[in-house]
Amino acid sequence: MLSMSTNNLSYSDQGGTDSAVEVGQETTPTSSNAGAGFGLFSVDFKKNEDLKEMLESNKESLKLEAMKRVVGLIAKGKNASELFPAVVKNVASKNIELKKLVYVYLVRYAEEQQDLALLSISTFQRALKDPNQLIRASALRVLSSIRVPIIVPIMMLAIKEAASDMSPYVRKTSAHAIQKLYSLDQDQKELLIEVIEKLLKDKSTLVAGSVVMAFEEVCPDRIDLIHKNYRKLCNLLVDVEEWGQVVIISMLTRYARTQFTSPWKEDGVFDEHNERAFYESDEEKTRDETEAKPYMMDPDHRLLLRNTKPLLQSRNTAVVMSVAQLYWHLAPKNEVSIVTKSLVRLLRSHREVQYIVLQNIATMSIQRKGMFEPYMKSFYVRSTDATHIKSLKLEILTSLANEANISTILREFQTYVKSQDKQFAAGTIQAIGRCATNISEVTDTCLNGLVLLLSNRDETVVAESVVVIRKLLQIQPTQHSDIIKHMAKLFDNITVPMARASILWLMGEYCERVPKIAPDVLRKMAKSFTSEEDIVKLQIVNLAAKLYLTNSKQTKLLTQYILNLGKYDQNYDIRDRTRFIRQLIVPNDKNGALSKYAHRILLAPKPAPVLESAYKDRDRYQLGTLSHTINTKASGYLELSDWPAVAPDQSVRNVEVIEPEWAPSLGKTGKSKPAKSSDDKFYSDSGEEEEEEEKGSGSSSSEDGSSSSSSSEESGSDAESHVQKNSSQSSEESDKSSSQSEKSSSESDSEKKERKTKTPLQKKTVKPTAKDGYHTIMEHIFNEESWTYVTKNQHTKTIFVNVINQHSVLQTFSYSHWSTLCVSLFTQLCPLSLAFPLQLSGPAFVPEKSHDLLHRMTGKGLSAQYQFPRQPCLYQPTMVSVQISLTNTTDHPLEQIHIGDRSPTGLNIHCFNTIECLEPEASVTVFIGIDFNDSTQAANFQLCTKEDHFSVSIQPAIGELLLPITMTELDFRKLLGMNESSATITMAAENMTSQPISRPVATVANLGMVPSSQDNVHRFAGKTASSGAVVLVTVELRESSTALITINTEKSVMGSMLLRDLKLALAQT
Amino acid sequence: MQLPAKMIHSLFLVNSSGDIFLEKHWKSVVSRSVCDYFFEAQERASEPENVPPVIPTPHHYLISVLRHRIYFVAVIQSEVPPLFVIEFLHRVVDTFQDYFGVCTEAAIKDNVVVVYELLEEMLDNGFPLATESNILKELIKPPTILRTVVNTITGSTNVGEQLPTGQLSVVPWRRTGVKYTNNEAYFDVVEEIDAIIDKSGSTITAEIQGVIDACVKLTGMPDLTLSFMNPRLLDDVSFHPCVRFKRWEAERILSFIPPDGNFRLLSYHVSCQNLVAIPVYVKHNITFREGSSQGRFELTLGPKQTMGKGLEAVLISSQLPRGVLNTNLNPSQGTYNFDPVTKLLSWDVGKINPQKLPSLKGSMSLQAGASKPDENPTINIQFKIQQSALSDGDKILYLYLLYRIPTEVCICFQKGCVLLFLQWPNQ
Repeated sequence: MLSMSTNNLSYSDQGGTDSAVEVGQETTPTSSNAGAGFGLFSVDFKKNEDLKEMLESNKESLKLEAMKRVVGLIAKGKNASELFPAVVKNVASKNIELKKLVYVYLVRYAEEQQDLALLSISTFQRALKDPNQLIRASALRVLSSIRVPIIVPIMMLAIKEAASDMSPYVRKTSAHAIQKLYSLDQDQKELLIEVIEKLLKDKSTLVAGSVVMAFEEVCPDRIDLIHKNYRKLCNLLVDVEEWGQVVIISMLTRYARTQFTSPWKEDGVFDEHNERAFYESDEEKTRDETEAKPYMMDPDHRLLLRNTKPLLQSRNTAVVMSVAQLYWHLAPKNEVSIVTKSLVRLLRSHREVQYIVLQNIATMSIQRKGMFEPYMKSFYVRSTDATHIKSLKLEILTSLANEANISTILREFQTYVKSQDKQFAAGTIQAIGRCATNISEVTDTCLNGLVLLLSNRDETVVAESVVVIRKLLQIQPTQHSDIIKHMAKLFDNITVPMARASILWLMGEYCERVPKIAPDVLRKMAKSFTSEEDIVKLQIVNLAAKLYLTNSKQTKLLTQYILNLGKYDQNYDIRDRTRFIRQLIVPNDKNGALSKYAHRILLAPKPAPVLESAYKDRDRYQLGTLSHTINTKASGYLELSDWPAVAPDQSVRNVEVIEPEWAPSLGKTGKSKPAKSSDDKFYSDSGEEEEEEEKGSGSSSSEDGSSSSSSSEESGSDAESHVQKNSSQSSEESDKSSSQSEKSSSESDSEKKERKTKTPLQKKTVKPTAKDGYHTIMEHIFNEESWTYVTKNQHTKTIFVNVINQHSVLQTFSYSHWSTLCVSLFTQLCPLSLAFPLQLSGPAFVPEKSHDLLHRMTGKGLSAQYQFPRQPCLYQPTMVSVQISLTNTTDHPLEQIHIGDRSPTGLNIHCFNTIECLEPEASVTVFIGIDFNDSTQAANFQLCTKEDHFSVSIQPAIGELLLPITMTELDFRKLLGMNESSATITMAAENMTSQPISRPVATVANLGMVPSSQDNVHRFAGKTASSGAVVLVTVELRESSTALITINTEKSVMGSMLLRDLKLALAQT
Repeated sequence: MQLPAKMIHSLFLVNSSGDIFLEKHWKSVVSRSVCDYFFEAQERASEPENVPPVIPTPHHYLISVLRHRIYFVAVIQSEVPPLFVIEFLHRVVDTFQDYFGVCTEAAIKDNVVVVYELLEEMLDNGFPLATESNILKELIKPPTILRTVVNTITGSTNVGEQLPTGQLSVVPWRRTGVKYTNNEAYFDVVEEIDAIIDKSGSTITAEIQGVIDACVKLTGMPDLTLSFMNPRLLDDVSFHPCVRFKRWEAERILSFIPPDGNFRLLSYHVSCQNLVAIPVYVKHNITFREGSSQGRFELTLGPKQTMGKGLEAVLISSQLPRGVLNTNLNPSQGTYNFDPVTKLLSWDVGKINPQKLPSLKGSMSLQAGASKPDENPTINIQFKIQQSALSDGDKILYLYLLYRIPTEVCICFQKGCVLLFLQWPNQ
């Protein structure tokens, strides 16, 4: 094999040379070190030629080798486009690495070679149907990345399909594809928004970040799409992956600014100020109003703040920053400071992170000094900091300076001035200047310090000091003539133009204070005028003019000389200035009018410059954005709107307590809106029985219409033809409307038999009409003995009502027992988290075993036992229902039995109604619902009587947290792409026969049987009660009494725990 | 017409001499001439670190990070949080380091195919897809010599065929089906002190930061709980995503399903009101005489208040002024090195023996005619203290001190942590 391949290689090598042009042939047939003298071109050419041969060879390894080299070329930025035909042939390769490299190549060059790229499309279309989700996803990724406009319709179709894929990973990929398609063709916007709307409803944390990203890119203005998903996004946020968190938080920041009222009015002192100025006339009125209506934060606003707070602890700096900006823009003023500590923590991260964070802190610290003052020392400059970091820290320190800490800061600044980094030292001097102007107590100290710096040996330091001193002197010029004199003395040694210009300006401005020196300086300047920089020249002209006005006797000639020099200067600014000054100061007949005012024009008292931060107006940009960093509006920047004066309707965010996340938004169901909304209403108002009861029979007609669509929804994932068949069947069925219970059950019995005889795909729809269904079910319920409730219990009533309202949207099901019917009715109550219909089925087996909840000894005569009836919980579908039998073993009646405190506090328990009185020796059975949140953590609560409290706890076995579902074998196989845990065990002998295998499994876990076409493979399916994640169990019997148990589920923890339980059950029994 | 696409558009890798040695585009190709703006900024900057991380150009924005003397330059077309890009680029570097051991130009060039495969998986359309190292390792196996050989013979590949199990689960950082014969978990507590000390030797600011790095090799899906003896000391913490926030908020207990292998569990900041004991001191005497081309250099180290624990692995480094041409120094122990180009002096002292204090003495030759440098150089000191009081496992207090000029240092190590295994299924 090995030798063959080398042969191959040499052949192809030769082949390459042969087919190459003369250059190749002439140089040397032993390729590799071909003509160094022939320049790069021939070598490159040759290389590519042999690549082509390799790509077209039959050997996989050669192809792979070639593709690796091609990728190397792409990475270096070399052009490898002429290989396109050879590469594209390998797109269907079995070798996954080769395939991936071909994808890399395609994505890079498809845009340039559109026609050839079309050759690969069919391969991707096929791969989109692959059972392996990774392959489906990567096919969609490449298909949507190749930017060939012709395939837009194909992309659109693929995206739509992938958006209802059962794998969340594929759905995530489809969210990414939305953005790609949109950037390729904006005409698809409306269709894409539909897909986004659907994906926004997805409750997988994997999808959330990506779909919000797509939303931001395609339709950031469609805030209305967010309303219904707002609370869900807030709640999911902690579990979304880091990058998604950033995107979601910034979207929610914008959302909140449009939906809630400002929380700042109460404590924002200056805010109120503004308002008063604004409404001057009706000031009274506004104040009255604010007093009458104290600010109440919208609970949704609070929810957002509460749920983002823990993310401040994230290791991802971008997440922390985005939470910080959210608090800055949304939180009440007194809560913003909780982000301080986390922002300061980010300063220990990489240099680039520090840079961005410091910029944001700089903006924040201007408005709110108090936030960062306690952390002042964190902004002390280290000698190892990069220059831009140092100047940002300076900026912040300057903003933080106040009367109390200024001495500390100045001491720190003194060290900085001595820094070897002169740019930084200059920045420090400016900072000192700012401190001096802001805090009047230290102005003199600073000025003296700066004067000392004038004797520094470094020129930049001196120059910067001069400039800053000039600004400071303008503020209080009276006392400082000696400083001006000192500077005049230094003038000869200073070469930095800005500093020279500053000194000259000072001389001119305060020439009356230094009457002797100023003319002398002018004299020197006249000599060196021609060799000065432009800004210095301008100031010389200025100085001359001012002196001419105040002391024309001494300086008249000098001034004229300078003006003459300026007249012929190369720079037009200087020529202009000279001309202007001459007209202004030298009296002549024509424009004497102006020269009268020359003194007032040139020597007017000038306002002192305000030294302020460069970050002063940065807050017009949202913090943490690119626009904020570069201080200009970046393209695609979305403005943060102002708070609305009146909050928009809050109820738009109300979501029905139990919203079917996935199933109803699928395929055709989009059209059955009216039916859905009536359903929704029902869910949310499940408490108001009376009203609903009345509607119950009346609404049958409208629901009739929806039924056909709901049944087709079931089979939506199957082939089209099947759907049609099914729906036609169902409509037939509904005409007949099997009112007799016997009939329906016999029908399904036969159905069941049919199934066993290898028609697993076929389903039947049983659809009783309103009234009949009602009776049927009622009859059954009352006929069944095991359902002995305390009939006064109000909840039983609720059940019936539920049944009435639900009956007409029955799903396809197969059942043989009445309780199964109820169960499938209840299916409607449960959120289906998957992309294709999962039907709950009845429990295969209900273990009789009951557990002690409260022993009569500890319960002072009250004893309680619980068991899991394995029925879907009526109160909330995420709960597991638990049946509790309470018995009074005392000789006196026990009063007011109810459930008290629970722990953990968040534990969601639906309690039974308080039992007013339990007679001695009597017992009562009640049902409660517990949301275990898919964990085996025990639910602890207190069982209370009138006098006592007993702490009890219910520890569920993992198998009790599941609800059985039915599905076809095909669906089962499709779903197998999830997390897998498996184990091989040796079976106990009695479990080896096929029949009882379902028994031990069902005992351990509440799973439903899935029909299997193989005798030795048994499949079971269920979903977790709380999150609705699918759990699939496969038991494969092998020879020598071993068996392979495989569990597939997204919940890997549950998977491994269930596996352990199953192992125990199957191995020993 | 194409819209300016959000997120990361392209990535260029630039070495210290200003050559682009790798480019990758996630959307349409952006010409590498866009990097000219970067090179301009690079030229303007006096030091490599001074290149601004965000550079606006007429049509694009360049966001770069510098690690291992390589610039990772991301090209952005429109508004995106800059930290998002920066954080991502650092993750890319971390991943390369994880895969190749080092992140150098040579390593990247040698593994260009793996690099490309990685970048392809990490970003889809410019948006991060998989950045968790264990997911990536299931998709693309890190190159090893053995695997290269095996692949050549058997024709198998480095690329995984199944979707990594972590990708779908609620614990994306952990793969399922982990098996070990020996189940072990190590926790290293590493602490750093970051102090600024002024000329007179008084501490201006000192911060203590710590991290707990873990190496967990446990079978199945372990659920670990870690509690601290004194959680109040942990002032400000940041977690690996595996830690349950709410539990920490409520009970100050770390509860988590750990990733498989090495990871950083948390980093924290220690709140200490008063300044703490200082285990080491430095005596220095660095003088430059005016008008002479010689300078004197003298440095002595000594332990201080270490509670009987030895100082180990002491390493001194100092950036000498530009005017210094060369040094002629004599260490009493260890080795020293002076790089005349970068002017970086480093002295590997080793262990400090309290009986015989290490010192470094000698002269420096200065550039003739140059004026006397007016600032004393900064001295950085790194060292370790073995902290046996923390008991089982190797826990090292690693202290990193940052000095502005000389003298003293401070540290605190009064915290210990207790490991508790509360819940551990599959065992």
